[in-house]
Amino acid sequence: MHELSVAGAVVDTAIAHAAGRPVSVVTVRAGHLRQVVPRSLRFYFEIVARDTVVQGARLELEIVPGRLGCRACAHEWDVDSPAFRCPRCGGGDVTVLSGDELEVESIEVEEPTPCTA
Amino acid sequence: MHRVKVRVVEDALDANNTIARANRADFDRHGVTVVNLMSAPGSGKTTLLERALSHWHDGPRVGVLEGDVAGSLDADRLAHHHVPVVQLNTDNGFGGECHLDANMVRSAMDALPLDEIDMLIIENVGNLVCPAEFRVGEDARIMVSSVAEGADKPLKYPLMFRACELVVINKIDLIEHVDFDMDTFLYHLDAVHPGVTSLPVSARTGEGVDAVRSWLAALPDRVRAVA
Repeated sequence: MHELSVAGAVVDTAIAHAAGRPVSVVTVRAGHLRQVVPRSLRFYFEIVARDTVVQGARLELEIVPGRLGCRACAHEWDVDSPAFRCPRCGGGDVTVLSGDELEVESIEVEEPTPCTA
Repeated sequence: MHRVKVRVVEDALDANNTIARANRADFDRHGVTVVNLMSAPGSGKTTLLERALSHWHDGPRVGVLEGDVAGSLDADRLAHHHVPVVQLNTDNGFGGECHLDANMVRSAMDALPLDEIDMLIIENVGNLVCPAEFRVGEDARIMVSSVAEGADKPLKYPLMFRACELVVINKIDLIEHVDFDMDTFLYHLDAVHPGVTSLPVSARTGEGVDAVRSWLAALPDRVRAVA
């Protein structure tokens, strides 16, 4: 349900970088650990984008897999469920190597083609 | 017309985080330690605050920023305890935001008596998902989860249970009525957030609330030690 909030943040970021130009594509990297449901994010993205330069833009969504690292034993592993203890040594001092992203990577904007004639 | 690709590479919450840092700088300048209090609706955040602040004698001077979708019921309840309370509604007519963001807290800054308090407790809008995403300029986050919500909640809302420094397990007076298994809850909590402090309380009877008071009272020193 926080996809509405996330969609708002994504659209605001795109608007800030569009400098008034119409946006046709917004590319977002969302980490698996951020619990973003793609279908839901697309739905809200379309609604939030209405009446802005992002209206009608396509949302390209890349889900980044979750990967954790143990500070105690340096073991690294992939996570797809919320289990944050090291499976090797049982340590709890764990860093998120990837999967925490919520990043607008790029946007594609429409620009008038310069007249070359 | 032709298409141009613009590289952005920016956290979608950057704008919020920037304002959160500005809030934090303002709070720091006034020497105010800030707590973001989060939970699902009805977990007992307000009752916990009422209970904790009603026997609050020699701790830091506390003020409360009360976030609600609408109304001032919670603020009115807290005002009885002689604690400065500022109400912040997220409602913009019909329905409001499901969380507080940094800008909303910023908008309340002028109304907050920052010179008269040492600690500000921001009671977030009741919601188990969105508040986890939005920093507001706090030093610490407390998550309240009541036993009536069930022992599986850490697994279902890991984002929220990871984004806090203290988990208060409230309504323990109801345990026998709601089939809540404390060991299961703590097992799930440990999987999601290894080593996080948790305190079982009943805000209604007052059981365990002393430990929450102590945790809060010691927070400013802990925050300063880290800084």
